Amino acid sequence: MKYTIAVLVENKPGVLARVASLFRRRGFNIESLTVGVTERDDVSRMTIVVNGDEKVLEQVIKQLNKLIEVIKVSDITKDSVERELCLVKVNAPPEKRGELVELTNIFRGRIVDVARDSFIIEVTGDEEKINAFIDLMRSYGIKEVARTGKVSMVRGAKK
Amino acid sequence: MRAADALIKALEQEGVEVVFGIPGGAILEVYDALYDSSIQHITTRHEQGATHAADGYARASGKVGVVFATSGPGATNTVTGIANAYMDSSPIVVFTGQVSRHLIGNDAFQEADITGITMPITKHNYLVTDPKKLLRIVKEAFYIATTGRPGPVLVDIPRDVSMADIEFDYPSKVDLIGYKPKYDGHPMQIKKAAELIMKSERPIILAGGGVKISNAFKELLELAEAIPAFVVTTLMGKGAISEYHPLCLGFVGMHGSKYANYALSESDLIIAVGCRFSDRTTGNVAKFAPDAKIIHIDIDPAEIGKNVRVDVPIVGDAKKVLASLKKYIEYKQRKEWEDKVREWREKFPLRYKKDGFKPQFVIEKICEVFPDAIVTTEVGQNQMWAAQYFKVKHPKQFITSGGLGTMGFGFPAAIGAKIACMDKEVIDIAGDGSFLMNIQELATCVYYNIPVKVFILNNGYLGMVRQWQELFYRERYSATCIGCEKFSFEKIAEGFGAVGMTVEKPSEVLDALKQAKEINDAPVVVDFRVDYQAKVLPMVPPGKGLKEIIDEED
Repeated sequence: MKYTIAVLVENKPGVLARVASLFRRRGFNIESLTVGVTERDDVSRMTIVVNGDEKVLEQVIKQLNKLIEVIKVSDITKDSVERELCLVKVNAPPEKRGELVELTNIFRGRIVDVARDSFIIEVTGDEEKINAFIDLMRSYGIKEVARTGKVSMVRGAKK
Repeated sequence: MRAADALIKALEQEGVEVVFGIPGGAILEVYDALYDSSIQHITTRHEQGATHAADGYARASGKVGVVFATSGPGATNTVTGIANAYMDSSPIVVFTGQVSRHLIGNDAFQEADITGITMPITKHNYLVTDPKKLLRIVKEAFYIATTGRPGPVLVDIPRDVSMADIEFDYPSKVDLIGYKPKYDGHPMQIKKAAELIMKSERPIILAGGGVKISNAFKELLELAEAIPAFVVTTLMGKGAISEYHPLCLGFVGMHGSKYANYALSESDLIIAVGCRFSDRTTGNVAKFAPDAKIIHIDIDPAEIGKNVRVDVPIVGDAKKVLASLKKYIEYKQRKEWEDKVREWREKFPLRYKKDGFKPQFVIEKICEVFPDAIVTTEVGQNQMWAAQYFKVKHPKQFITSGGLGTMGFGFPAAIGAKIACMDKEVIDIAGDGSFLMNIQELATCVYYNIPVKVFILNNGYLGMVRQWQELFYRERYSATCIGCEKFSFEKIAEGFGAVGMTVEKPSEVLDALKQAKEINDAPVVVDFRVDYQAKVLPMVPPGKGLKEIIDEED
């Protein structure tokens, strides 16, 4: 099963290497990892998707907590908002451009670059939505795909 | 003030009395500053020796062991010693020189990325890129090394940083937002544990190295007597309770006694304190203590549930948790269980065939002549025989490389232990193969006149490997013969300026040991030419459960 973990770390050089080294050494499998700054300059946030069972998840969390520069680790697999951004460069001959624009609109994406025979299309969404979009693009001929990996945040209280 | 001078002043404020190390180009400034300090420096003959000595010093004294090494090869030579300290949770701080900042990343002369290299084997490490941060880093390094679950910390200081001019404002405390060790166990969990103990008919305490680190000897003994429960230890926990105490069953695991392994396997409740259930302790985990519930007390939450299932986890310091736990315990006799354990103990004692010149016999005699000495060991058969036949009385008397299993650890560790406890006898129980791995430290011993004793169980083989080849590889002795019976350790010792002796017969053992005991103004090396076929038994074969332990007769 896939778990999503949010890790708040001190924003210092080498922190990413420490986290990556820990995953490698303990044999944990990273599905995706994103890092970015937060509302505080001195704190970064990593969103890590890890593959494994509950025992692996428990060890991942505990081992991460042992790193001095790790401030907080949370399992946010459940009840969170997930987003990923994806750029797809796809063949766009004149006769197909209309279809591509329509599909992009359905997915609430944007065409961000128009060249002689290709588009770059930007889509955001959860993993499934992006996978679905990429699948659709295959029949047009994908030239290149770049995905950011997932960022995730627990939903606010409902009451 | 020059940063190097500020560093030395900071070490003085931390109470550092001795540093082990070797100078070199990138750490010259620091050594220059050390010249004016009251801190003693022991120049070892290899940086591995320095880290093991600092480790031995830390384990014998409870203080931090400090190491200096230069950049590049000096730094990489410390790696085995750091990994050893990490596996056994020993507090050492290693300062390495680094090439100047503008050269870092250029593959400069004697440049090695030591913070990158040691990332997985340190509790934390630092590359000091800003001279202004040096003192805060030093403060943090000592704090991290000694608090929570102790461990090694490395501080890499570029040469130009050590030359920089800084103000000496040594911080009085540290504030690390991501590091807050928990010392008090959760009261509800402690109550739950007490309930399990009161219900148990066959309780046993499994004490690990954490009991020694936390100085919880009194608390452990009081709890054991209050329940009452037998105590077994891990190899690292040897000494957590006096092995002369009637409740102590000695160490368990691959080469523990049959009775200790039976008792642990048949118990219905294991109270594990400061141990990590390593594979050498548990045998095949699937077959480990099938009827037992497990209470696991450890300061490191990541150890709980890592290797075995746990019923009551308690995160906290052994000393505090054991003391709180004892308050809920009422004495309850468990006669059937006690009789059963006593019966095993009588029926399956540790034993060996007394023909020829047996290494076990040498250890028994060492224990007789040096009952109060601090014993360090090398790794392999010598270590296991020492663990089996040297009965430990005092808490910090037995120092061994438990986790990493580093051959060459014992001798430099003995040097460190002796410097920590000059009033005590310090002995390294060695194998011929292990001793050769750091034999150059004889020069250190002689130069500083550190009178440790090295007792070599010389069988001319890498004995433990030979034993496995005999038992599991159809006696195909691939590469294990090292021929140490063909040269003279006695003459090597004398060549260095130490006292050397050779003992060829069991009848000479006692005299040689007594003679060695009399010599307190020089290091002594005694070469015991023991039978090479002797094996460490009993033994839990690899992949088997603890109850499947075999002896010579099996």
